[in-house]
Amino acid sequence: MSITFSNNIEALIFISLFLTIVPWAEKIFEYNGSAIVAMVGKNCFAIASDRRLGVQLQTVATDFQRIYKIHDKLYIGLAGLATDAQTLHQRLVFRHNLYQLREERNMKPETFASLVSAVLYEKRFGPYFCQPVIAGLGEKDEPFICTMDSIGAKELAKDFVVGGTASESLYGACESMYKPNMEPEELFETISQALLASVDRDCLSGWGGHVIVVTPTEVTERKLKGRMD
Amino acid sequence: MSKATVELPPKGGFNFDLCRRNDMLTKNGVHAPSFLKTGTTIVGLVFQDGVVLGADTRATEGPIVADKNCEKIHYMAPNIYCCGAGTAADTENVTDMISSQLLLHRYATGRESRVVTALTLLKTHLFGYQGHVSAALVLGGVDITGPHLHTIYPHGSTDTLPFATMGSGSLAAMAIFESKYREGLTFNLVYCAFVEIPQRDEGVKLVTEAICSGIFNDLGSGSNVDVCVITKGKVEYLRNHQKPNPRTYISSKGFSFLKGQTEVLSTKVTLLEKPQQEEGVDKMEE
Repeated sequence: MSITFSNNIEALIFISLFLTIVPWAEKIFEYNGSAIVAMVGKNCFAIASDRRLGVQLQTVATDFQRIYKIHDKLYIGLAGLATDAQTLHQRLVFRHNLYQLREERNMKPETFASLVSAVLYEKRFGPYFCQPVIAGLGEKDEPFICTMDSIGAKELAKDFVVGGTASESLYGACESMYKPNMEPEELFETISQALLASVDRDCLSGWGGHVIVVTPTEVTERKLKGRMD
Repeated sequence: MSKATVELPPKGGFNFDLCRRNDMLTKNGVHAPSFLKTGTTIVGLVFQDGVVLGADTRATEGPIVADKNCEKIHYMAPNIYCCGAGTAADTENVTDMISSQLLLHRYATGRESRVVTALTLLKTHLFGYQGHVSAALVLGGVDITGPHLHTIYPHGSTDTLPFATMGSGSLAAMAIFESKYREGLTFNLVYCAFVEIPQRDEGVKLVTEAICSGIFNDLGSGSNVDVCVITKGKVEYLRNHQKPNPRTYISSKGFSFLKGQTEVLSTKVTLLEKPQQEEGVDKMEE
């Protein structure tokens, strides 16, 4: 018997049928596992994530997309429960489309961050299990990064932001590796090394990385090779 | 009438759609993530012609320091500010919501907002949610009736005090206030009269000391001291008034990685179109 799945989520649902939720106390973020980080450079930013999608310790996909594009210069990474991340992404795209129709322009990163915050806080008492990491270039190409908890408490930073199950190790790696005013190439190396170092200390995330570096003139997307255990 | 085919953006209020699902998950032993908290020291005091508010700048998520320099003194009105402790999203949103209600009220009345108005709006909101919106606030401002300082608890009860502290570092800060606060801050009045030290500076000094006490004695509070001095017709927001905890562990060179050290599987470069120049485009006819 062979079964084919049209996408990862179907596979996830299929596998979930056989796996009951563990009896010991587990955090919902640890169900799928994730690692997301964003860093600011000189007139540029980088956002990176791991590529694993798992159901607890079982790996389901190794090419999972956690970073979503809102427009050319605005990206959002959604850590946490994958089903909520995808639903939330759909709602954010919908709201951004309505904004584009009404205003005939793209959203500024600050505006988008407020939108995400409002969408999350609306569900204050029944939240999406997602931690967003937002990174974008503003009107004058000044970089903007920000993260939130699952109910939309904004945390603006000038240097780097992290999210997901590997966030503790990412804090450590970024805190020591980050330097202000990095050029795009150096920024890429730094964020990649920080990500790879951190996911190696986290069972639930890893399997390579996905790094997006955005400058005012170009977007560079790279897939990283990482450990496969 | 048929139901709209698209779900339009909400007009306001909370949404409880996911509550049942999340309850189910909790019952099955899956715990919801912890929220960003401001395990905080926030304080305020009244001096002769105004109020001084103070806050630390640490935000925590469990034992992790999530933000080393966040802002906890929120704007309410041009003459009113509010320090927030508790769940970060709640303090942020509650103060934002009430601040916009106050703005509308000013448009309607054409008068400066009063501190009691802000107080009543905040407490009715919080009481309505029976403590589930966990915001503990120190509200301060100067209006037509003079300087005012209030504390608001998550369940909606309020106090009116000459000096107040809130958050996890409230005990440490209160220890300083209880030992050094004097009515009208007149303990140096004779000295002040001669040397002309404004009493404002005494207030700022005492608030800074109280916050520092929280920073150093309470693990939930840390980093820098923010101060806000409100007097009649004037607000001084002293962001990072004192930085008692600078970074000591950074190397002068920092880490540097050689180009091409990271193993890359694939690269995709997308050139972005430059936005068209204004001059080159015909302006739309009016």
